[in-house]
Amino acid sequence: MKLNSLDPRVNRMELPDENPYTDQVLHTMEHWETYEVFHQKKRGTQHVHCGIVHAPNADMALLFAKEQFARRGETSNLWVVKTEHVMAVDYGDADIFETTPEKVYRDASGYKVMDRINEFKKKQNA
Amino acid sequence: MYGGGYIHQDPNQKPKSHLAEGEDPIRLAEFEARIAAGDKIEPRDWMPAEYRRQLIRMIEQHAHSEVIGSLPEGTWITRAPGFRRKMALMAKVQDEIGHAQLLYSAAETLGKPREQMINDLINGKSKYSNVFNYPAKTWADVAVIGFLIDAAAIVNQVANSKGSYGPYCRALERICYEESFHLKQGHDIFVFLATGTEVQKEMVQQALNRWWKPIMHFFGPSDKSSVHTETLMRWKVKMASNDDMRQQFLNMYVPKIREVGITIPDAELKKNPLTNEWEFGDPDWAEFYEVIKGNGPCNSERIAVRKWAEDHGRWVREALLKPSHRYTVPLA
Ligand SMILES: [Fe+2]
Ligand SMILES: [Fe+2]
Repeated sequence: MKLNSLDPRVNRMELPDENPYTDQVLHTMEHWETYEVFHQKKRGTQHVHCGIVHAPNADMALLFAKEQFARRGETSNLWVVKTEHVMAVDYGDADIFETTPEKVYRDASGYKVMDRINEFKKKQNA
Repeated sequence: MYGGGYIHQDPNQKPKSHLAEGEDPIRLAEFEARIAAGDKIEPRDWMPAEYRRQLIRMIEQHAHSEVIGSLPEGTWITRAPGFRRKMALMAKVQDEIGHAQLLYSAAETLGKPREQMINDLINGKSKYSNVFNYPAKTWADVAVIGFLIDAAAIVNQVANSKGSYGPYCRALERICYEESFHLKQGHDIFVFLATGTEVQKEMVQQALNRWWKPIMHFFGPSDKSSVHTETLMRWKVKMASNDDMRQQFLNMYVPKIREVGITIPDAELKKNPLTNEWEFGDPDWAEFYEVIKGNGPCNSERIAVRKWAEDHGRWVREALLKPSHRYTVPLA
């Protein structure tokens, strides 16, 4: 007996009605490699990482990225890069960033000379 | 759509007395402190084995639900009444497939390749939301699915988007944004039919009658007494109990169904003024378990169609595959 669907297109597939569960269908790598996708909303703004696509090459990755990440709203540009080409810091090594907030000498707010100027002016006028 | 609250548990899996069994207590404490502080967990962080396993199961099931969920609606694209409805339905169905891709990627970051997830869908090892084992018999079913199933999914997905796993939260943020369009277009069709001719009104009433039970099943049976719920909630894998989500859904949508003159097919449905909770008649949990087991009206068709698609796309994928291709787990 053939599977009887409400969808005529499904009926035209002539699917078998027996238990459809089977073990191995897709083999490893059948969905290719992954590419990381970067999306630029407007000219003049940064490209921002927005996710991945599976693709057999960069051209197809751009095509899939357009469908997946640029199908509504505004887009001015897309980049893709193979996941394997992205080098990343291990989250376990996050202590390398630890002292950064203390480096006030790198910040405009780390320089406050007004007190000293006022002191100096007071002395001058005295 | 379509992450229901119900996450299928493999009955052959030996239950653990507690989920953190055998984990390094120091790392576990750090991990739990991070979550308690509202920080996100990222793919290459240390995590308890059960946190990883439960998340893969949940996100994967959510992804399958998006793919399979597009089938009953997809049926109606060719028969949608009018150009505008057809364009909207095509856009919605494309979004759902996009959601599946976002979710598969999030699950992949936990170490399970996409091919393996699809294999587990086709061999029946992993499940998808039970509602999609029911057919969309008329155009009004498309209204009920788009309006109420998507609404139910939003309740679940908004809750989960505040969870602890970074990639899942990021995917859900984007998904929730698109779901609001699905809900609006579903509500639009629903209201249009309910306030239309007698025939249209009857059509949408019949569709709701068919879908009400599956909708009540959507969030899954009560899980307040489940031994693992507490840990999963502390780890922010599970963000709300099934009962709470169901109540939230009823609070929001019962009035929206009634205001256009449609009757909810449950004579016992009423809000208890003392507890402020919706009380409802037995939605037939026996049927729910029967359908999960594979005996619903469309289980075989859904899997067979999915398998057909993989089988018929294989030659294209293989033609484009190069021997040099190497799989790398996605970064985020
Ligand atoms: Fe949706
Ligand atoms: Fe969705």
